[in-house]
Amino acid sequence: MSAERKFPKAVEVATVSLAAVVTGGVWLGSYAPRRPPLGLPAVLLVIAGVLLLAGIIMITRVTGFSWNTFVRVGRWALLAYVIAAGMIEFAFVRNHTRGAPLAVVTGMLVVFALDVPFIIATTVARYDD
Amino acid sequence: MQTSIVDAPPGRSRPRVQIVPLAGLPVVAGLLTFVVYAIASNKFWPLMLCHVAGGALWTSIDLFVGLAIGPIIGGMSPAARAEFSAKFMPKMVIIMPTVVTMTLATGLQIALHLGTLGLQNQTRNWLVASMVVVGIMSVIALGILEPANIAVLWEMNKPKPNPEIIGRMMKRFVYTAGITGVMQIATLIIMTRVATL
Repeated sequence: MSAERKFPKAVEVATVSLAAVVTGGVWLGSYAPRRPPLGLPAVLLVIAGVLLLAGIIMITRVTGFSWNTFVRVGRWALLAYVIAAGMIEFAFVRNHTRGAPLAVVTGMLVVFALDVPFIIATTVARYDD
Repeated sequence: MQTSIVDAPPGRSRPRVQIVPLAGLPVVAGLLTFVVYAIASNKFWPLMLCHVAGGALWTSIDLFVGLAIGPIIGGMSPAARAEFSAKFMPKMVIIMPTVVTMTLATGLQIALHLGTLGLQNQTRNWLVASMVVVGIMSVIALGILEPANIAVLWEMNKPKPNPEIIGRMMKRFVYTAGITGVMQIATLIIMTRVATL
């Protein structure tokens, strides 16, 4: 059996998590500047968080996974996407988003800023010896 | 002896690929600082400059890479493809996230500035459609294209790169670049429609 087959679908699961936060972001953005209904984005946020966690658990179970490479790649990607997420957060705060909508936006941006580095670092590390 | 697609010519060592071109980072920092200024000041000209310049570059690069460069890379010999990728892909690592951030961050601000997302505004549905298109493109770009790009560069820096992994990741890069390139046509239609309503 090849390494491709044996590796769990952690990247795919994290990509679905990313799709969930992006969908929530589009939903919230489409209501701006009005206060958006938060039911759907909150559900998407929970789904995205659970999927990201599932992806992390999946790779912790891979024997011989290259954590060294994962950390080396992931920390720089994390820095880049924390900056990107920070700029998006700033745009929402600048436009007077407050209270529960801001909490949901912040949660989504946290998941977003973790999802992308996780996907990049896992994609690279899975092929490392 | 079998040669890999990233083997150096005889007598020469393979140069190390710089995954993130450090010389470009000050330019990126300058552009992002300008985006923060544009949003914080809410002045129309800086917002439009970031949005139009960033959007034009994003759309053009996606179309050009997806529909022109991608097929060319696909038709190259493995050695030529590896050499081209080693020089081309690090540039993409810093250019694309920068132009995307410039475009999206200021785009929302402009919509709020002009009130074009208001319920009664006739541009609202077009703008929501553009958000959906951008959402799909961003999942493809961030979830598939960019990881493949970094993985290729990382693999090339190994003492013995695996040509099968590089080939697979390059194929993924070329296909996803083609998909986002085609989707950018939808962005062009939507944005020109919004501008002429």
